[in-house]
Amino acid sequence: MSTVSQTPPGDFWEVEPHHHHEGASTSIGFWVYLMSDCLMFAILFAVFGVLGTSYAAGPGPKDLFDLELVALNTAFLLLSSITYGFAMLAMVKGSRNGTLAWLAVTLVFGLSFLAVELYEFNHLIHLGAGPQRSAFLSSFFALVGTHGLHVAFGCLWLVTLMIQVGQRGLIDANRRRLSCLSMFWHFLDVIWIGVFTFVYLLGMI
Amino acid sequence: MSSIEAQGDKHRATRQAEGQGDHHDDGQDHGSVRSYMTGFILSVILTAIPFAVVMGGGFESRLLTAAVVVGLAVVQILVHMVYFLHMNTRSDEGWTMMALIFTVVILVIVLAGSLWVMYHMNTNMMPQMDHEALGLGS
Repeated sequence: MSTVSQTPPGDFWEVEPHHHHEGASTSIGFWVYLMSDCLMFAILFAVFGVLGTSYAAGPGPKDLFDLELVALNTAFLLLSSITYGFAMLAMVKGSRNGTLAWLAVTLVFGLSFLAVELYEFNHLIHLGAGPQRSAFLSSFFALVGTHGLHVAFGCLWLVTLMIQVGQRGLIDANRRRLSCLSMFWHFLDVIWIGVFTFVYLLGMI
Repeated sequence: MSSIEAQGDKHRATRQAEGQGDHHDDGQDHGSVRSYMTGFILSVILTAIPFAVVMGGGFESRLLTAAVVVGLAVVQILVHMVYFLHMNTRSDEGWTMMALIFTVVILVIVLAGSLWVMYHMNTNMMPQMDHEALGLGS
């Protein structure tokens, strides 16, 4: 009995708290958030899948959608993805001005996307095809609108980070924030692939 | 990089013992101009084809058109995951990949389950089915 209690506890387990440097778990935590966001979008896609053909004798996709506009929007989002990638590469190189410049270009594309989407929504509502018209349009506005809202908040975040980088430079905390926004931005592009495929292209076939 | 030094010696020793001594600074891969451009060019091609097919009127079989469009979308999502989101089995010691696989499983259950159940509800429980069963006509 006595021989057991003589051994100091430190030999068996770590007595010091485990040290990770600050923010070491941010990327995995943010990834888990993105995955939960992904599930939310999955449910909105499922709703659209179920209700997407319930037109209530109202207009259907072929009466409403303009694929050229959607192609333009897709191009904006795709270009914003690559320019954000260049911002990240400039960040890795440590170029503050390069990062800011590419972030500004990304912001322009993000805002262009939002402008086109708002134009489209406005156009639909003026045609009398607002979210209250049919189950198809309710689920359409819920899904596409949620994605648009994400892009809007992404733009807000982008502006915030541009101010942060402008004031404090590329410090570790800002690099971490830029990495998170990078994941968020590319994730939104992935969701958009689902939107233009299942909502617009399949609706127009 | 600098953050490796910032971590405790003990932690480093553990990582090296696990054969991961060559770990990236924050467990992430930031890609290169080359990988971003590859991803971008592939994405442009994979976007342009379905748009061109649908805008050009599609194939004779609607099912074939739909299959091509959905198939290309799946490939494009994979391209984005690999080249833009830098998905691999190494980042964060594999936990991002585990979270992704878990999410995809739930996603498939939610999507397939909803569509399947609601499709059967629509075909089997619509009021006109009762009329047909009762021989009253629709």
